[in-house]
Amino acid sequence: MAGMLIYGLINSIIFALITIGFTLTFGISGIANFAHGAFYVAGAYISWHLLNSLGFPYPLAIAISVLVTGFFGAILYRFVLFRVRGVILSEVIATFGLGIGFLELFRCLGLTGYDYKLPKFVDGSLELLGVYVDYQRLIIIVLGAVLLLFLWFFTHHTKTGLAFRAIAQDEHTALNFGVESDRTAMLSLGMGGALAAIAAIAIMPLSLIAVEEGHHILILALAVGIVGGMESTMGVIVASLIFGLSQIIVATYLSPNYTMIVMLAAIILILLIRPSGLFGKFKELEERI
Amino acid sequence: MAKIRREKKDSNGKYRKERLDRGIKARSDTIFALTSYREALYLVVPRAVTIIGLLILPLVLDIWWTKVMIMACVIAILALSWDFIASAGMLSLGQALFFGAGGYLAGVLNYYWGLSPLYTIPIATIAGATVCTLLFLPVLRLRGIYFAMVTFAMPLILVRIIEATRIWGGIEGLSALTPLPNLWVSAYLVIAAVFACLFGFRRLMDSDYGLVLRGMMDNDQAVMAGGINIYWYKAQTLFIGSAAGAFIGAFMTHYYRIVGTSAFSIDYSILPVACTVVGGPGNFAGAMFGAFILVPLCEYLRAIGSWRIVLYSFLMVIFVVAVPEGIFNYLERKYHQFEHWVKTG
Repeated sequence: MAGMLIYGLINSIIFALITIGFTLTFGISGIANFAHGAFYVAGAYISWHLLNSLGFPYPLAIAISVLVTGFFGAILYRFVLFRVRGVILSEVIATFGLGIGFLELFRCLGLTGYDYKLPKFVDGSLELLGVYVDYQRLIIIVLGAVLLLFLWFFTHHTKTGLAFRAIAQDEHTALNFGVESDRTAMLSLGMGGALAAIAAIAIMPLSLIAVEEGHHILILALAVGIVGGMESTMGVIVASLIFGLSQIIVATYLSPNYTMIVMLAAIILILLIRPSGLFGKFKELEERI
Repeated sequence: MAKIRREKKDSNGKYRKERLDRGIKARSDTIFALTSYREALYLVVPRAVTIIGLLILPLVLDIWWTKVMIMACVIAILALSWDFIASAGMLSLGQALFFGAGGYLAGVLNYYWGLSPLYTIPIATIAGATVCTLLFLPVLRLRGIYFAMVTFAMPLILVRIIEATRIWGGIEGLSALTPLPNLWVSAYLVIAAVFACLFGFRRLMDSDYGLVLRGMMDNDQAVMAGGINIYWYKAQTLFIGSAAGAFIGAFMTHYYRIVGTSAFSIDYSILPVACTVVGGPGNFAGAMFGAFILVPLCEYLRAIGSWRIVLYSFLMVIFVVAVPEGIFNYLERKYHQFEHWVKTG
């Protein structure tokens, strides 16, 4: 029981880490970043190359890959999305095409097989309430908590963060107060990319770096986002807890194979009852028709 | 990029290039008033070339290229279905779901009950469309992006479910299904289906019914204010669009004699979108045109393997950002114009 709770919590934090970058970008700029999975894999792939091909020390490799992925996000906005801003059809097609294009590009560049594995930050494990938990998973819990706290602090107490929230609430009023919509959107995509890379570097040591991971992560992020409500951080946390715990419960009592069915059922149920998600509030009227 | 030369100079003076719409186009934009056989020919020739050309293709091509042509038709139908759903304002990233639903239904009917393709294909078309419409019914109340997100996730989740629960043959899929009689039947069946979708959708969008669909894309609130139940119309659009996808899925099941989780693969979602974007969205002919450019190109480039997906993903992005009107719309515009030099001094 204790084991189920602990691993459920770890699972939930993993879900939240994966989703937070996606929902941050969507909440601020209204852009559904279908390249999120590509950013995620890119973060891990770049740090693997820095580590193994160029021989950088691990902390430096992590810092560089997070920065580079974030920079890619900003570039994606500046050179692609900037030109099609406001046309939802073009925005979606552009991010979707780039996401799949880059994932397949990684595959062509040789991202297959068992060589691609990031090292754990610290080896070893710890006994917690009678359950063995390895340090990597503990680090994920701490990292998740720190990141959520940081984001809360950032959006409530810094000038840029307040500008983010202003744009999310009412773009025209924010423009009147001198918040630049394009710069904010560019920053939000950059931060989304960086967050995806952080999540990837924390989570990837538990498994292999693979192209399929990119699609998988995107589905998870979409599912958590839809159930929790796209622009709400609270929604992300609650939906991650629901998915993380239910996944462990289903895997323990039924079979690990049924976890995807739970996800599909949750999406359909939420769309039937509350189409804007559990905590999707201020965009409810706009998004619903 | 080369700059188009719009001015020239010679011993007589300076000239400027002038571009004008042809009379028939200038008099009215889309409903043409014909005044001579020449004008009738001007409109009939492009359509006739498409129809007759496609009908002749299986006769002149060798077997390998005929198979490529069938594949182009298959993707063309998925692209037409995408374009139809998109012209009602719904952005689908999961054409693979329609394809896979039709494919699996036909496969199951044939594998477990031994029904012949004569029955499985129509049943799978209707039943597949019904299943897809019911699955997406909850999303119809949300706008653009949500629809895209759910349609993207749905086929990928279904693949996982099939792989995990091992229903319908699991990863290996159902094989040794009844084949279609021969290659000619297959070729002309898909050609007929392409024509039915292309001209059917075009006619439908020109009717009053299509006007409602276009209205839903431009301003759904205005359509609602007009007393029209847009959910009902959206459900109908989805049904028609997914029926086209399910039909072609069922066809491919019998054509390949196997159906597996690859029917839900992301290729069937992205290639139709790429074809429509490259060809030109909005008028169906562009979607078909795009399919007949990209699919043979892909087959020709089979040697480069998975670089193909990279190629058409990036091509799609380049077109959507830089050439949003697409190749077909550009050519159509040029067809309706003529250019000549005007003396300016």
